[in-house]
Amino acid sequence: MEPAIAARRTRPQSGALVEAIAITKLFGSFKANDAIDLTIRPGEIHALLGENGAGKSTLVKILYGSLQPSAGEIRWKGQPVRIPSPSAARKLGIGMVFQHFSLFDALTVTENIALALADRNNLAALAREIEEVSREFGLPLNPASRIVDLSVGERQRVEIVRCLLQDPELLIMDEPTSVLTPQEADDLFVTLDRLTARGCAVLYISHRLEEVKQICHHATILRLGKVVAECDPQQETAAQLASLMVGADVHVLSADTPPPSTMRTRLKVQGLSMPEPHPFAVALKDISLDVRAGEIVGIAGIAGNGQGELFDALSGERLAAREDVVTIDGKPAGRLGVTRRRRMGAAFVPEERNGHGAVPRLRLSDNVLLTRHATGDQLIRIGVIDFSSMRTLAERIGRSFDVRKSAVDPEAGSLSGGNLQKFIVGREIDRQPSVLVVSQPTWGVDAGAAAVIRQSLIDLARSGSAVLVISQDLDEIFEIADRVAVISRGHLTEPVPTRSLTREEIGLMMAGLGEGKKKGRAAMGQGEAAHAHRP
Amino acid sequence: MRIVLEKRPTPSRSMQYLSPVAAILLSLLTFFVIFLLAGIDPVRALYIYFVEPLTALWSIEDLLVKAVPIILIAIGLSFCYQSAVWNIGAEGQLAAGALAGAAIPILFPTLQGPAVITAMILMGIAGGMAYAAIPAILKIRFNANETLTTLMLVYVANLFLDYMARGPWRDPAGFNFPNSRPFDEGQMLPVIAGESIRLSIVFMLVAVVVAWFMTAKTMTGFKIRVLGQSPRAGSFGGFSRNRMVMLTFLISGGLAGLAGICEVMGPIGLLRTSVSPGYGFTAIIVAFLGRLHPFGILVAGLLLALSYMGGEGAQVAIGLSDQTTQVFQGMLLFYVLACDSFIYYRLRIVRQPALDAATVR
Amino acid sequence: MTMMEGILLTIVTAATPLLFAAIGELVAERAGVLNLGVEGMMAIGAVCGFAATAVTGMPLVGVLVAMIGGMLAAGLFGIVALFFVANQNATGVALTLFGLGLSGLIGDRFVGMPGIPVPRVDIPVLTDLPIVGRLVFGQDPFVYLAIALTIGTWWFLFKTRGGLVLRAVGDNHGSAHALGFSVIRTRFLAVLFGGLCAGLGGAYLSLVYTPQWTPMMTAGRGWIALALVVFASWLPGRLVIGALLFGGVSILQLHAQAIGIGIPSQFLSMLPYIVTVIALVIISRNRTLLSVNTPACLGRAFVPDS
Repeated sequence: MEPAIAARRTRPQSGALVEAIAITKLFGSFKANDAIDLTIRPGEIHALLGENGAGKSTLVKILYGSLQPSAGEIRWKGQPVRIPSPSAARKLGIGMVFQHFSLFDALTVTENIALALADRNNLAALAREIEEVSREFGLPLNPASRIVDLSVGERQRVEIVRCLLQDPELLIMDEPTSVLTPQEADDLFVTLDRLTARGCAVLYISHRLEEVKQICHHATILRLGKVVAECDPQQETAAQLASLMVGADVHVLSADTPPPSTMRTRLKVQGLSMPEPHPFAVALKDISLDVRAGEIVGIAGIAGNGQGELFDALSGERLAAREDVVTIDGKPAGRLGVTRRRRMGAAFVPEERNGHGAVPRLRLSDNVLLTRHATGDQLIRIGVIDFSSMRTLAERIGRSFDVRKSAVDPEAGSLSGGNLQKFIVGREIDRQPSVLVVSQPTWGVDAGAAAVIRQSLIDLARSGSAVLVISQDLDEIFEIADRVAVISRGHLTEPVPTRSLTREEIGLMMAGLGEGKKKGRAAMGQGEAAHAHRP
Repeated sequence: MRIVLEKRPTPSRSMQYLSPVAAILLSLLTFFVIFLLAGIDPVRALYIYFVEPLTALWSIEDLLVKAVPIILIAIGLSFCYQSAVWNIGAEGQLAAGALAGAAIPILFPTLQGPAVITAMILMGIAGGMAYAAIPAILKIRFNANETLTTLMLVYVANLFLDYMARGPWRDPAGFNFPNSRPFDEGQMLPVIAGESIRLSIVFMLVAVVVAWFMTAKTMTGFKIRVLGQSPRAGSFGGFSRNRMVMLTFLISGGLAGLAGICEVMGPIGLLRTSVSPGYGFTAIIVAFLGRLHPFGILVAGLLLALSYMGGEGAQVAIGLSDQTTQVFQGMLLFYVLACDSFIYYRLRIVRQPALDAATVR
Repeated sequence: MTMMEGILLTIVTAATPLLFAAIGELVAERAGVLNLGVEGMMAIGAVCGFAATAVTGMPLVGVLVAMIGGMLAAGLFGIVALFFVANQNATGVALTLFGLGLSGLIGDRFVGMPGIPVPRVDIPVLTDLPIVGRLVFGQDPFVYLAIALTIGTWWFLFKTRGGLVLRAVGDNHGSAHALGFSVIRTRFLAVLFGGLCAGLGGAYLSLVYTPQWTPMMTAGRGWIALALVVFASWLPGRLVIGALLFGGVSILQLHAQAIGIGIPSQFLSMLPYIVTVIALVIISRNRTLLSVNTPACLGRAFVPDS
């Protein structure tokens, strides 16, 4: 790869492409955006920084026409404009790559792109155009592939190519690297540089400070709906940027030293293989893993590499072929269902909150019953439900995990994502389980709730439980996991101490180079890291 | 400016009760307008339809007799629909129950008494269950869409009933009518009140209370609700979707079979080519109108039985087609479904233009 | 005309109403809407077609009125299921009950009336070809229309932008909305098309196939059409094969009844329904095969968050 990323970047001195002037957006009485000013110049990569809930997505939706501002003005090349819809934004020259892709699984790449472009009706000609653009910008794609068959990185390329075909002058990217390996991210940065070299501006939304420092010319920082600072990110340290983003209140997790490796194994997986349950899923291939009392093991990986399938196999929602494949506290559990595994002391928190971890249209107390009906809480007597104990339990969980709710016992679906996640994690930790398997514990959760959840996981582990965290968030893994393994296309690497690895090494494993143990070690280039945990 | 549907922050409790009432009023209003347009005095027609049946003791009795099978079936269906199992073939399960139960008095005409009656009832329930188990197994084992299979099996059951009533089980002394031998009193449900109210009304009341207890208070009811609302969360809770599919099919099939045998052992008194004027389908409407709640179903079942009675009255008094009743019932279900959406959503007027591609393109 | 030719000819006639109803439902399902009210829409189409023909004496008017009737019925479904986001299963059942009742009400005065036959379209020379001549070129105009409609639907779904949008809406309504397509409007139009086709199928029954009006004359064909869509795994071409198969079963059982092969007629009459169940089981057991073409949003309600 050529060194396309320049060491020093200066903001172009041209006139403004887009100006947002005093943009305010009200949701009821809540000010999501409060008099925000933003100026983007042609040819610059402009970072929009902020915590979850700082107002980034609201601002971006206003620029892309999916929301209308309550007050304020948008100027495009100096002229005041109204952007009533996304298609109007596209006509103006604004393209957007979403964090959660708006693609159609059953359709081909060409068909997907044709849907966004009203003027391309000749699909054969469009396919040639796609190949051309993807070559030019280093985004290899086969126009005839169906989306279901593509990796997450390839899907993002489809989104980008779709934008590029409309010759955008402003490209908005929402957390584009959150789904990429570090290496894929580097490829993306090369593409962005080629774009800006032609005068296209990029509005780059991220909370990854290192990469913002690396590629952005300018940064606007939001907090609680207001612009708190504008700066040249290369002039600031990551710590300075972080304190601007978060404000004074930076929460530090307290994790004392990891436990000695002589603690007994509480969760053991040995040679777990499973075929894919449906054509769009991933098969698990010979997965082995052990989690000891007192430690947190993290499983890193890009979404869609078998995390969901592994979770189902561990929770017992899908049964393994043999008894001894999964062992909980020394007892074989591979053929036992989720209720039997809970009785053995295990607890589980799935990735999806609504409709998997909780039933949105049932009350919190009913949702307590969902996973606690057979765990010795006396909620059921000869088949009859004891509603008052259920409510008491829900109250206790709500209190100890700071679940903010609008009523005494509201429906689960009425809680915000962070509060519902605190409730679901709390429901399981409240049991003091000996083994906890949790998937994406803080996905889409605000910083405050994330800190509460991560601290509670550490506390649970240190009290003698074994905790397995499946997460796409590398920062989270580095923050709380004692050992880390990487899942890629259904293969799992051997867990190694988190401190012995760098982000780049994990990135290589996430990209699939860790498949097959020998190959994995060679690719990591430092054998001792892989051996370090062996007694 | 346009009107859009918007999700309520929390579901409206009051709409849960208001929605069925609103649906009934809207249906009455629609009928009022239709009668008016058709040149029929709407006040008189609605009076004949919905009030007159309640003015005489015999017709109130008749109303209860009609309500029993409808409510029995609807109670069973409410279990299915709560767990998102779309059994719409209760009409066939009813016929299966009638056939199975009637086998005893037809094959052994001399047997009589409480033991025979009990046996007939049990056979009826078993027949309905067995027939409902077919689509249940096809769904569990082969993933076959139960809406289509249950409906197809209605045709099969009715044809089989037709064959039995005309063929092997026809009364040799019956002047070639396609009927079985009329049953003796010792082979029918005892009359417990008035002239025609039989023991089946007790079965119906017991079913309502037991169903209420099961859904509201027991773990089984909880499992049904969870699996119906989100199957994924249900399996995470450790509940088996397949077992629940089978259970709800057996409950609804059993109750439909019970309704079938009670018709044969009661108002009809013999087996004939058809034993139900579409109770199995009416019960679908009753289940939704009663918001899948047993007490709601009780009220809704009485109302729909009233519409059957009124339909018969209107046919005689003002020459309305008997199909009018079915139109009323279908329309009522439309209104119920539309009104139910106001439990979770509300209307909001938006003043900005529609945001879609077509207007900009 | 030989006996064999006659049978084959009637199979095509029996398949035609199924094909009409199924092709309309296929379009609705491709857009993500499961309309279980096909039976009701067919019944309304049948009665509208017969009544309008009887009143005006013109079969063409009857056909038009049948299509409009089917569309109105579908519109009712669309309003309740799409605008009021009611459960599609329940709404479809409501439409069937309502449609069967309404058709009985409208058709009351037409029971027993003789129908006006629709002329057959003979193509000179071609029709006189041996065997295939009458089979392929001697059908009534509806048969050609049904085939044209099937080809047209295939072309629309897979070769036009409108079809692409429709499939996109059925595959992922959230993304389609995000791209600026009107999910509800697309679905409503697809449902209306379904109603139009079901109306045509119904008109075929009361104007050509029988031809007269009797209550409940659709006899479950709407439901069989629904099963056909699954059987064809949402591909128009396979619908033709499926419709001929089901048409074949119902005609053969009729012939068997006429000949009298010692099996009670009721058992022979059960055959189409039993075959439907068996076909459903065979096609559904292979979940992988089925999931490839199943519209991902089939039966799921959509409410845009504004």
